[in-house]
Amino acid sequence: MSLTREEVLHIAHLAHLGIDERELPKFQEQLSDILEHFAALTALDTEGVPPTSHPLALESVMRDDEVKESLSVEDVLANAPNAEDDLFRVRAVLN
Amino acid sequence: MSEPHGLTAHEARDLLERRETTSRELTQASLDRIAAVDDKIGAFLTVATDEALAQADAADERLHRGEGGPLTGIPLAVKDNMCTRGIRTTCGSRILEEFVPPYDAHVIERLNEAGAVLLGKTNMDEFAMGSSVEHSAFHPTHNPWALDRVPGGSSGGSAAAVACGEAVVALGSDTGGSIRQPAAFCGVVGLKPTYGRVSRYGLVAFGSSLDQIGPLTKDVEDCALLLNAVAGQDLRDATSAPLDVPDFTAALTGDIAGLKIGVVSDYVPEGLDPAVRGIADSAVKQLEGLGAEVEWGVELPSTAHALACYYIIAPSEASANLARYDGVKYGYSYTEGESMWENMDKTRQFGFGDEVKRRIMLGTYALSSGYYDAYYLKALQVRTLIRREFEAALERYDLLFGLVTPTPAFALGEKTDDPYEMYLNDIFTMPANIAGLPALSLPAGFVDGPAGERLPMGVQLLAKPFDEAALLRAGHAYEQSTSWRDQRPAV
Repeated sequence: MSLTREEVLHIAHLAHLGIDERELPKFQEQLSDILEHFAALTALDTEGVPPTSHPLALESVMRDDEVKESLSVEDVLANAPNAEDDLFRVRAVLN
Repeated sequence: MSEPHGLTAHEARDLLERRETTSRELTQASLDRIAAVDDKIGAFLTVATDEALAQADAADERLHRGEGGPLTGIPLAVKDNMCTRGIRTTCGSRILEEFVPPYDAHVIERLNEAGAVLLGKTNMDEFAMGSSVEHSAFHPTHNPWALDRVPGGSSGGSAAAVACGEAVVALGSDTGGSIRQPAAFCGVVGLKPTYGRVSRYGLVAFGSSLDQIGPLTKDVEDCALLLNAVAGQDLRDATSAPLDVPDFTAALTGDIAGLKIGVVSDYVPEGLDPAVRGIADSAVKQLEGLGAEVEWGVELPSTAHALACYYIIAPSEASANLARYDGVKYGYSYTEGESMWENMDKTRQFGFGDEVKRRIMLGTYALSSGYYDAYYLKALQVRTLIRREFEAALERYDLLFGLVTPTPAFALGEKTDDPYEMYLNDIFTMPANIAGLPALSLPAGFVDGPAGERLPMGVQLLAKPFDEAALLRAGHAYEQSTSWRDQRPAV
């Protein structure tokens, strides 16, 4: 399984991961090499085998919808790179 | 033990109970040890000197009132992916370099309740992605047995800190072997509990269906004591199991007569270096000598696909978990861009290291439209096959046996250019995470390195879900019949 340059750029875009053009060939080669090793798995016959998304078969855990104490706004914003009036501040989302 | 920094937790507790030392003395001895050797070892990212001494004094008061428990006053270290209120938690990443959590992880709350002393936070591969700590964004950690070699990873800082006596015990986390492999490389005991045994609340998420927190210790008794302290249901982690937690020290009877142990062929494969093979053979003989019924030849055919299965599932989960690092709420933030999106892209470009980027991209690819069925869904189906094979084997045997790694610690820099070569390190350990099983890594002897170094090797026991007691019982009996735990590196 070999990834093209465009595919690597597309994946990086989906993941919101900026990529330096000079790093692109390295990632393209390494990711292709890793996917190559997965080929045997994708060829395996798993017809009718249910997927396991969690190792333990737990029931969904439900609790009452109650108001409880949580972190203060001050604590929550303490690590914010840019905050204003109890809000996180970001650059324009729409250009 | 003559040096205070070489003590186990239970030895230190005995001294504290007899009033022959204080937590202040033990904590100062650990801090002195860190000051003396950590320039060479690099086990710590943050040393919390003032906080530790304050905790030690509080522990001494508590002990004085006769209200101490087994871990009261014991100085320990915690991997830097567990949130500590007021003490920075970097996860080995630039993106969290200045992150100071506003809350404690569940395990930290438990350790605080127990009166333990937190010395600091240990080095790790960035976001726990790696097997050598070479992917730490800050500095490497050196193996205390051979300074030009890796300590294993990703909990290599915790393993090295315990091995060279900087901390009495430590916590690590294990997603594909990240407790057991460094434990083996550094000659200490490491336990990955059953998935769900220990709450993941406040553990920085990597592979949420695989991650588990567990102890790294000098011996099995300490391992049981630390597991006692941190295990049990916590409603803030919906996957933590609603089960009672036994006193794990009660399992340390020394009696394993009649215990049925199966040797997994794939975890002691043909073609190993004869010295490495000898480690497994000797451990099996030792267990037989203790009365265990050991059978060779347990076949788990789907294990051949475990590596691919793991390296699809773990990066897929990671790609979703790491979406939260957007430079908006906390962490490193690039701010020079024209738009929020450009800032987000660049925050992640400059904040994450290469291995994290590779895994985010692998996971994003495996989950993307058109590849989901071929990769992610297929991996989940293979996960079922692997789990079923373990279930069948563990109906026939109480425990399964294998090596932790196919080789001892490798040289720093040896595998950093080839990501897949690095992944192969986890080949014996990741199946336990895929199946959610508890697994214990035990020091099992040494092999000679090329320069005559003595390099520790480990053997691994796996058990049924939530049967950590069986692991600790067998591990303790084995350990007591060998002298490996008395051997410490000369640092």
